[in-house]
Amino acid sequence: MDPMRSFSEALARLKARRSHLVFTRRHSLVVRILHWVNFITLTVMLMSGLQIFNAHPALYWGASSNFSRPVLSMYAMQDNRGHVEGVTSVGTHAFDTSGLFGWSKGGGGQFTERGFPRWATLPGDQWLAMGRLWHLFFAWILVANGVAYVIFGFLSGHLRRDLWMTRTDWRRLGHTFLEHVKLRFPKGEEARRYNGLQKLAYLLIIFGVAPVIVLTGLTMSPTMDAGFPWLLWVFHGRQSARTIHFICAMTLLAFFLVHIAMVVLSGLWNNVRSMITGRYAIEVTSPTTMESQHE
Amino acid sequence: MSDLISPRRRRLILGLGAGAGSLLLGGCDRLSNLPQTQGVLSSAQWWTRAVQDALVSRDAVAPEFSRADIAPVFRANGTTHPDNPGYQALARDGFRDWRLRVDGLVESPQSFSLDALRAMPAQTQITRHDCVEGWSCIGQWTGPLLRDVLARVVPKPSARYVMFFCADPMDEGSDYYYESIDMRTAVHPQTLLAYALNGETLPMAYGAPLRLRLGLQLGYKMAKYLMHVQLVSSYRPFGHGNGGYWEDQGYTWYAGI
Repeated sequence: MDPMRSFSEALARLKARRSHLVFTRRHSLVVRILHWVNFITLTVMLMSGLQIFNAHPALYWGASSNFSRPVLSMYAMQDNRGHVEGVTSVGTHAFDTSGLFGWSKGGGGQFTERGFPRWATLPGDQWLAMGRLWHLFFAWILVANGVAYVIFGFLSGHLRRDLWMTRTDWRRLGHTFLEHVKLRFPKGEEARRYNGLQKLAYLLIIFGVAPVIVLTGLTMSPTMDAGFPWLLWVFHGRQSARTIHFICAMTLLAFFLVHIAMVVLSGLWNNVRSMITGRYAIEVTSPTTMESQHE
Repeated sequence: MSDLISPRRRRLILGLGAGAGSLLLGGCDRLSNLPQTQGVLSSAQWWTRAVQDALVSRDAVAPEFSRADIAPVFRANGTTHPDNPGYQALARDGFRDWRLRVDGLVESPQSFSLDALRAMPAQTQITRHDCVEGWSCIGQWTGPLLRDVLARVVPKPSARYVMFFCADPMDEGSDYYYESIDMRTAVHPQTLLAYALNGETLPMAYGAPLRLRLGLQLGYKMAKYLMHVQLVSSYRPFGHGNGGYWEDQGYTWYAGI
């Protein structure tokens, strides 16, 4: 076979494929900036939050701490042969979590009793004062960023246009879910917009988990409790608020992990580029070379 | 679809992303050790304080609880047995010779015996004690309001902070515990000089014979083993200049959150 011919055929195939791609502007500049600020801020908040948790690695329900009945606790326990293991207890169940929760390597490489491991906390070593400095500084950035997003989202129509659930979204939710489970993602025109499952996840995070994590954080402030006692009523007391705050943080972490998995599975480069430059490529069935300005 | 962008540019962007990520994670630990970082991050407390002062009225009070809510075991934190012979001698005597000196920027400095403080009108409150570590305990505290004690010595207009000097030595005995609060906190309707916990004479582990009790801040502000109260215009000249023992270790002066 003529090598030149097969090369030109390959080129033609490539050209044909190219002509099936349309670029659309997926994310506005404002959303892109807020997204990355949010990413950095949430990373600092999560890791410094785990540092603060480690100062007393136990959670309770109610107004105060019933030390004999934590909802969750992490600690190290020595058996009668001198072997130490890390234990995580949830309610009345205890799990061996050596190396991860309760008993893990400290700065000097020696095992030490600590809630979350060194690599998960900010700072790495036990340093509550510094963890609080990071947490309570970045809390303001988080709130400012979130408020800016919601204001922009309403004014620009981003929330209504891109995230609001339509009747079709609701009707097709079950189908969309099954498609996601099979790792089949929307293609072509379908991929121009967020699907129902995606919208619902973002809406629950933005208008559910985010406000609750901020309000439970504020409920832990004794000054806020004096000024706004209804916070204690809503969240069932300060220690419950701390527990809910922790659950919300874990929910955000789970959301983040699923988010990363989806970004990778549905086209890592295309997704990352769309959040940096705004350009998102879509494969369409009818060949077109026109740059779409679909917003 | 990725063939529209050169692999080199693609690698560059992904590399920048990965680099920024690892820089963020590894760098934050190094940043934590820089005084500049600590200074910038710590400045958020003044913003937090200003916002909370604006949102929460001067006489908003911490919620009170019922006797049934009192913790069966109230956790004692920090010093529980001051390693101070002078203090221990006072304790052996039931604090008969103990005096609380109140001076500084006041018209008439005075010393108060425990009996003199007990003779004053007292407040009994069942309130929640919040430790900076994250736990809370509910207890019943009794003692005179700090503002009533201050009324006896008549603060001068130049007084901006109240310093509390304590009997418990910290770090091999060179420094003693100390704390400071502003006048707004000092005259708050729940700011007590507590001599009793849960109806009993304040035990040593909780700061006998007298400790500070605040409704709106964290536990480390509530100095135990009080010996001397001084009204000042600035807390800078004391200790390492940050207003308290834990503040000198990097904790924020404002502990309302």
